[in-house]
Amino acid sequence: MAQITLHVNGKARMVDSDPTTPLLYVLRDDLELHGPRFGCGLSQCGACTVIIDGNTVRSCSFPVSSAKNKQITTLEGLGTVARPHVLQRAFVEEQAAQCGYCMNGMIMTAKVLLDKNPHPGDDDIKRALEGNLCRCGSHLRVMRAIKRAASERV
Amino acid sequence: METSTISRRELLKGTGALVVSFSLFGSVSRALAQAAAGGEPEATSLDSWLAIAQDGTVTVFTSKVELGTGTETALAQIVAEELDVPFSRIHMEAGDTSKSVDQAVTAASRTIERAGPQLRQAAAVARRELLRQASERLNAPADQLTVNDGVISASGASVRKVSYSELVGDKRFNVKMEASGFGWDLKISPDVPVKNVKDYKIVGTSVPRTDLPGKFTGEFTYAQDVRLPGMLHGRVVRPPVVNSKPLNVDEGSIKQIAGVVKVVQEGNFLGVVAQTEWAAIQAAKALKVTWSTPSTTLPATPDELYAYLKDTKSFNDQVVVNRGNADSAFAQASKKYEATFRWPFQLHGMLGPSCAVADVRGDSVTVWSGTQGPFRTRKALSDMLRIPEKNIRVIFREESGCYGRLSPDDAPLDAALLSRAVGKPVRVQWTRADEHGWEPKGPAQLVTVRAGVDAQGNIVAWDYMERGFPWSESAGNPLLAGRQIGMKNVSPGQSNGTAGGGEAYEFENQRIIAALIPWSQDTPTPLRTSNLRAPGDLARTFASESLLDEIAADLHVDPVQIRLRYLKNNKRVTEVLVAATQAAKWKEHVSHSAPVSGSKAMGRGVSVSGRDGTVTAAVAEVEVDKSSGEITIKRVTLAHDCGLIVNPDGLRNQIEGNIIQGVSRTLLEEVRFDAQGVKNLDWVSYPIVTFRRVPDIQIVLLNRKEMPALGGGEPSTVPVPAAIANAVYDAIGVRMREVPMTPQKVQASLRSKAPGQRA
Repeated sequence: MAQITLHVNGKARMVDSDPTTPLLYVLRDDLELHGPRFGCGLSQCGACTVIIDGNTVRSCSFPVSSAKNKQITTLEGLGTVARPHVLQRAFVEEQAAQCGYCMNGMIMTAKVLLDKNPHPGDDDIKRALEGNLCRCGSHLRVMRAIKRAASERV
Repeated sequence: METSTISRRELLKGTGALVVSFSLFGSVSRALAQAAAGGEPEATSLDSWLAIAQDGTVTVFTSKVELGTGTETALAQIVAEELDVPFSRIHMEAGDTSKSVDQAVTAASRTIERAGPQLRQAAAVARRELLRQASERLNAPADQLTVNDGVISASGASVRKVSYSELVGDKRFNVKMEASGFGWDLKISPDVPVKNVKDYKIVGTSVPRTDLPGKFTGEFTYAQDVRLPGMLHGRVVRPPVVNSKPLNVDEGSIKQIAGVVKVVQEGNFLGVVAQTEWAAIQAAKALKVTWSTPSTTLPATPDELYAYLKDTKSFNDQVVVNRGNADSAFAQASKKYEATFRWPFQLHGMLGPSCAVADVRGDSVTVWSGTQGPFRTRKALSDMLRIPEKNIRVIFREESGCYGRLSPDDAPLDAALLSRAVGKPVRVQWTRADEHGWEPKGPAQLVTVRAGVDAQGNIVAWDYMERGFPWSESAGNPLLAGRQIGMKNVSPGQSNGTAGGGEAYEFENQRIIAALIPWSQDTPTPLRTSNLRAPGDLARTFASESLLDEIAADLHVDPVQIRLRYLKNNKRVTEVLVAATQAAKWKEHVSHSAPVSGSKAMGRGVSVSGRDGTVTAAVAEVEVDKSSGEITIKRVTLAHDCGLIVNPDGLRNQIEGNIIQGVSRTLLEEVRFDAQGVKNLDWVSYPIVTFRRVPDIQIVLLNRKEMPALGGGEPSTVPVPAAIANAVYDAIGVRMREVPMTPQKVQASLRSKAPGQRA
């Protein structure tokens, strides 16, 4: 076990953890965050996505020790139901989910996409999200939500 | 941390702006929970169904749970409508066995159809009681009272009014209702008058789903998020191959992993419990176990599997239709058609593997789970733990979309065995390989269809035989953990359904049979079976609608016209077929006549289906690359009639998902296995549809206000495989008769020019 300081959603958080622990379990079990979700533990589905220093990271396969001194953003860091991020609001407006389990990964991946490409076309969105699995089939709504968010961003 | 006394609820109001309201539901829920402590809520008591708080909040108690399909919102709409309160005041308390009446599992697209009327009648009884009380309070006859947003007014005098909460806020109704039947068939005071559909203001509108905002921010609590004080983490160690038993467990092999609390072995059930999730994961992986050589094996190849289906004697021939004499009509027919269709084992493939938390203290058990049936899970826990059901409380927390799976029903049993062994709450999270390998799967099917046509070109014989497996995990059979500790089956399993064999059509001589082939085993097998979305109907419709298409092509008849001809008096299917083909701008033609330019060919195919009263028709437009064999679905147009529509956008959401999942199952999905076990244990080896393969979707909703509201959770996935197969034929002139329609199979079919059999 080791004392590790993480910078999560703008706050410094100290955890006592085996340094090889995937970041996902530290975020969920130690910091009680619900945004990043366990889907496969194999970097195949995207449900666990977080943003580290501006890029998407699959937290299920990313040792907590590697996250030291880096800025980690989880779904909670984007906004709340009371004060949603433009993407979160757009997802609500498009009713872009069924079970919603994969939506953490969709929104976090979309966030990084829009940060880098504020006005993506359909093909850009599909390419960015190709590695994010959704079993319910909400893909078309997710695309509409991202386009809506892109058009509403100032 | 898990708390159940205070709920916070977020909802959308108006258009575009987020409005958040907070309410305390604690007092009512607690009071009723305490009242129920001596026994379960009874269906005959109005207080079991509804409670009105002083702030006007209406709490609805139901055992129907949200599985991602939006039913919680739709049920709330039904109650708000009947009770005449704003939708925003409804709070659903769902899936807690200590607070709800058993309305049967949330499945079979029956929640709106069956639980809707149950809750509507309870609301109607409540409304009648509130009017009775208001009549006394306002000293006015009940028939001169009007209700608006939960406020009752006496006509002609605006000052004479009283609100629901003033009448019964935080108090019990103490009103008895009629109740007959059980579960799905439970009828609540059916004679109490309800609102006329033409007066509906809430039912029929696209109310935004109440669960979604929190799912987009991380404020929602899934079963995976439940944490209890002192909770430990468990992982189950499943056998690497079918029916293998742990002969020797070397606990020393995980000595070096800090935080391991216990290795739990009970019969052939094996698991580890640790203080942290990571320690549990590592321990389950590192634990050295000597496994026995399996005493049973699986069919080693798909060919062996289909041979088993073909050659094994059925234990139950379910006769769907038997009209005239199909055998003699076939024998005398001028033209004969016969084809056999294969449908593989497929995964439910929940995106989040199963998870449950159990707290077993002596003979008292509390479980948090995403089960489809909290009461069914309570019974399974009772059977396995030998603890009375009254001592067990199952609390539903949503997991990822399930599409009919039972593995969330397995996880509570795993968690309970581990919790009992350590005397503390234990959370069990299945791994991806657990889920792919050991979830109960959608069963394989083999369908043979024969048809005969007379000299005038009429279809005079239709002989349809499906051979499939029942659900081994239903009908009260033990689940995985139960089997591992030695429990025995009580039933050969439950039927995988019978719809889709061509019964929508009327042929002079017609026989449709769904035969059940024995499959259920006492030993744990990774090919155990359960209901997978629209159970059995995709394969059956794939077969019946493909063969009909084949006949149309051979007779040089347009595929839509041949269907209309034999639908005869089937008005609703006829109308969805016409609606779908009009929306798709269908041009009458004989398949395969599609223009071919270069290596890519376009084609269109059609299919109809019916399931439990809901009817659908689909037109698929595909492009087939003849050199690579790749099928691309460009567009699916689907018309849908499920009677009265409760929430149009919610229904569209379901239909989009059904089409996309249908495309996935048709093109990509097959559980692969050998004699020892399942081979595709991750998403790379069991691919599902991704963004690049998602087609454009066009939906036509037929709203039948004169009809009851029927199910929309699964019927629209049914016509998709056949529509695709027929479109592929239209494009390239070969029949695909086996799912998944992989590029290899398309290429092989093109090479042989024979029907699309396995390469």
